Amino acid sequence: MFDVCIVGAGVVGALCARALSAYQLNVCVLDRANDVCTGASRANSAIVHAGFDAKPGTLKARFNVRGSEMMEQVCKDLGVKYVRNGSLVLGYTDEDKATLSDLYERGVKNGVRDLALLDREGVVALEPHVTEEVTCALYAPTGAIVSPFGLCDAGLGHAMDNGVEFIRNFEVDRIECEDDAYVLYAGEQTVRAKYVVNCAGLYSDKIAAMVGDDSFTVHPRRGEYMVLDKAFTPSLTNFTLFSTPTPKGKGILVTATTGGNVMLGPTAEELTDKEDLDTTAAGTASIRAQSARYVQNIPFNAVITSFTGLRAVGSTGDFIIHASAPGFITFGGIESPGLTSAPALAEYCVELLATEGLALEKKNDWSPVRTKGAIKFNKMTDEQKNEIIKDNPAYGNMVCRCEGVSEGEIVAAIRTNPGARDVDGVKRRTRSGMGRCQGGFCSSIIVEILSREMGIPYEQVTKSGGASIINYGRTKGGEHND
Amino acid sequence: MTKVSLVIVGGGPAGMSAAVAAYKAGVTDLLILEREAHLGGILRQCIHNGFGLHKFGEELTGPEYAARYAEQVKELGIPYKVGTMVTGITEDKVITAVNPTDGIMHIQAEAIILAMGCRERPKGALNIAGARPSGIYTAGTAQKYVNIKGYMPGKEVVILGSGDIGLIMARRMTLEGAKVKAVCELMPYSGGLARNIEQCLNDFGIPLMLSHTVVQIHGKDRVTGVTIAKVDERRNPIKETEQYIACDTLLLSCGLLPENELTKGAGITMDRITGGAVTDQSRQTSIPGVFACGNVLHVHDLVDYVSEEAEIAGCAAADYLANKQSERVDITVQPVGGVRYTVPQKITSAQDTTVYFRVADVFRDKRVVVKCGDRVISNKKKIKLAPGEMETVKLTAQVLAELAEGTITIGLEE
Ligand SMILES: Cc1cc2nc3c(=O)[nH]c(=O)nc-3n(C[C@H](O)[C@H](O)[C@H](O)COP(=O)(O)OP(=O)(O)OC[C@H]3O[C@@H](n4cnc5c(N)ncnc54)[C@H](O)[C@@H]3O)c2cc1C
Ligand SMILES: Cc1cc2nc3c(=O)[nH]c(=O)nc-3n(C[C@H](O)[C@H](O)[C@H](O)COP(=O)(O)OP(=O)(O)OC[C@H]3O[C@@H](n4cnc5c(N)ncnc54)[C@H](O)[C@@H]3O)c2cc1C
Repeated sequence: MFDVCIVGAGVVGALCARALSAYQLNVCVLDRANDVCTGASRANSAIVHAGFDAKPGTLKARFNVRGSEMMEQVCKDLGVKYVRNGSLVLGYTDEDKATLSDLYERGVKNGVRDLALLDREGVVALEPHVTEEVTCALYAPTGAIVSPFGLCDAGLGHAMDNGVEFIRNFEVDRIECEDDAYVLYAGEQTVRAKYVVNCAGLYSDKIAAMVGDDSFTVHPRRGEYMVLDKAFTPSLTNFTLFSTPTPKGKGILVTATTGGNVMLGPTAEELTDKEDLDTTAAGTASIRAQSARYVQNIPFNAVITSFTGLRAVGSTGDFIIHASAPGFITFGGIESPGLTSAPALAEYCVELLATEGLALEKKNDWSPVRTKGAIKFNKMTDEQKNEIIKDNPAYGNMVCRCEGVSEGEIVAAIRTNPGARDVDGVKRRTRSGMGRCQGGFCSSIIVEILSREMGIPYEQVTKSGGASIINYGRTKGGEHND
Repeated sequence: MTKVSLVIVGGGPAGMSAAVAAYKAGVTDLLILEREAHLGGILRQCIHNGFGLHKFGEELTGPEYAARYAEQVKELGIPYKVGTMVTGITEDKVITAVNPTDGIMHIQAEAIILAMGCRERPKGALNIAGARPSGIYTAGTAQKYVNIKGYMPGKEVVILGSGDIGLIMARRMTLEGAKVKAVCELMPYSGGLARNIEQCLNDFGIPLMLSHTVVQIHGKDRVTGVTIAKVDERRNPIKETEQYIACDTLLLSCGLLPENELTKGAGITMDRITGGAVTDQSRQTSIPGVFACGNVLHVHDLVDYVSEEAEIAGCAAADYLANKQSERVDITVQPVGGVRYTVPQKITSAQDTTVYFRVADVFRDKRVVVKCGDRVISNKKKIKLAPGEMETVKLTAQVLAELAEGTITIGLEE
């Protein structure tokens, strides 16, 4: 029996687990997938929003501002990449200029620091690559970017270092209330817990409905992206570039990522199918057309990948946070700025559980600083690296040539909490396969390392769990020895 | 810092040939650095035959061809380090490399030969709509699974792109019991060698669908099918021609890209068309003493030419180290009318020179005309020219010496 069961290992679930791991509690996190960070937390813009965008008085505004304040320290404690690169909202017309003034006012009201309105000269001084069309901008120096994979992985990892259990491939399909506990079912499997935290993203409405809360619904809104070869980043931008919102929508953004690439997107398309992660020809065309207004000479032939994220849009227009049943907290409709807000939502989760009657007693030995994370090999000096290689020669064996990832780092990604179990999991943690060749050279070696580390046959290694197998068994020639 | 006269980056056919040539020309202080656990480069996974007809006058498999050079390297006692990845090269020829036993090394070289080969164009660059399930591989990755690892990456296969590796893999997968349902090619012609289309597709009844592309990938965990469509003259898919093909695997054979991150990092001048460095007839790049050869310089279709080119670079590196000077000329080679690129792009010394080039489209009954201004240097009739086949023209030392400076154009005329 767990004290608390968290459903969903996205950024919200991961950081809630971490917050709860500071207390003397028996906590588990369930996810239907084979890994942490496979939902919206995997496919988003990765922006730590400064907070000028959200309507004052909303939950979005409240948690955005608080989350943005907390994020830098959380990333530092967890060893997650965070870069305060600053954002620019670009304006093209007089109308845009007026809108930017409104945004400025709103930002000030929300408590965003150091905002500035710039004329063309001011913009060009900061970002010389913007197009000729740009006439003005709102500058938010506190805007930042973060590695969403890193945040989920390290957040849940830190929670696990402190005793939280992570249960993969557990898709909750039914919940029963017993006198003193909730029983969560995935087919025949069960998990019992006194308290439940519903962080199931797109399916948070479905999970809430399992305990009788049908006060809201969530629908998917597709956002497509393209990622460019990082060789072109210097000629594009290190900022996050938005365009001025119009009645037609917010438009896409052109942004640097913590991985060093430039990313274009997201589009916005209302869907009904929560499993539709397709990219579309229309989406690609729309990104191309829109992004050409931001910066000059975008090399579309240097696109290395494209992908889709689904926003979990709640029926109220705001985050939906309440007790669906006694001792059952729901985080519903956590769309943007959900990533930014996550640390603040986790803090609030603890408060809400206390209100619901959960007894909280701090652990004496809990530290916010994660000490059991994988070493940051690529950030070390040559001398430090050589020390490590001497101890563990696998760090001298380069597996991914595009991103420069060694066997040692891949093994660490598998062995460090919560541990990669498939090729995509290794990729999210180490960036191997995320570079310009997209795994062409290294994927077969990564499969081999996963097979060895997990003690499973080569052909049972998957791309992303489930039926996503990579090989169908031996060739006629049978065993080879390379 | 360790000092080495000549460092060769990459131990594929290009790197090995260059090393052997340099050694025979008198360079004994040299070192090959190779990332993989063995010498041989990409040929180790090309187990089909058809290699070495030009060079050795017999048909060898890829591994056999590579082994001939690897044996020479070992017999001559040319030092090499495998499992060693070069991570950086500076303008002053300092090489950074890493391996499990030496850790991170810095080597000061007097001369460098770049022979890092090429990589395949990945899926992302193609922007195919649809899901991102397992079962999408570049043809070379599939080749590695089948030929090196001994595993089958698919059972029902569609191949996009008719580059040589795709064609070879169509046959290979078929022989291994897979069903190859179609090879789709965006262009109205194949980028592969004519003999590969005959021996790998036609002999097995695999349809080659020209002017077709994959417009959508289906499947959640594993590929379940693809939608293909015919394209119009502007290469846009025609909606009415869409058809669904059930398959579990999509192989991509959509071109090779020279692997030039190290080259760019050193600040060497690049050719935007070839994706490789700009070089002179000796394969010397814009940094004196740094040479490039093989697929890192431009994509070759036959390894025999790779070896030839590498010998040129190896000998030139030896000359450079011995400070040998020859008569200087200053000639630019410029592709015109129907010719996409030439290698070399510059000629700096009057010696017999073979210029390699590729054409931009399929042409019939054309003349390959080499000119300097209005003066015609050579003029040869060709019945057929295709982008998939590399062509050559020869320039004699005498012609180059006479010319001394100026621009030579190579183009197609009626
Ligand atoms: C296109 C796009 C762009 C965005 N850009 C930004 C941005 O720049 N900045 C920002 O702050 N925010 C951004 N967001 C929002 C942010 O990504 C999300 O708010 C955040 O990731 C939500 O995290 P989550 O943990 O609630 O959901 P998710 O990451 O979706 O996690 C939910 C988890 O629940 C699991 N689950 C679902 N059903 C079940 C079940 N029945 N049983 C077990 N497990 C289940 C899923 O597998 C999943 O892992 C963006 C979102 C999108 C889609
Ligand atoms: C998948 C594939 C299949 C092919 N099939 C055929 C075929 O069937 N027939 C044919 O004639 N041609 C084929 N080719 C073309 C073939 O590559 C050439 O004929 C020949 O192998 C090129 O030789 P190379 O030495 O230039 O490159 P490669 O053989 O690619 O050798 C380059 C070597 O450099 C190493 N290297 C690269 N970067 C570094 C670094 N940073 N540090 C250390 N080492 C490094 C690589 O590991 C590799 O061993 C194929 C090419 C590919 C990519």
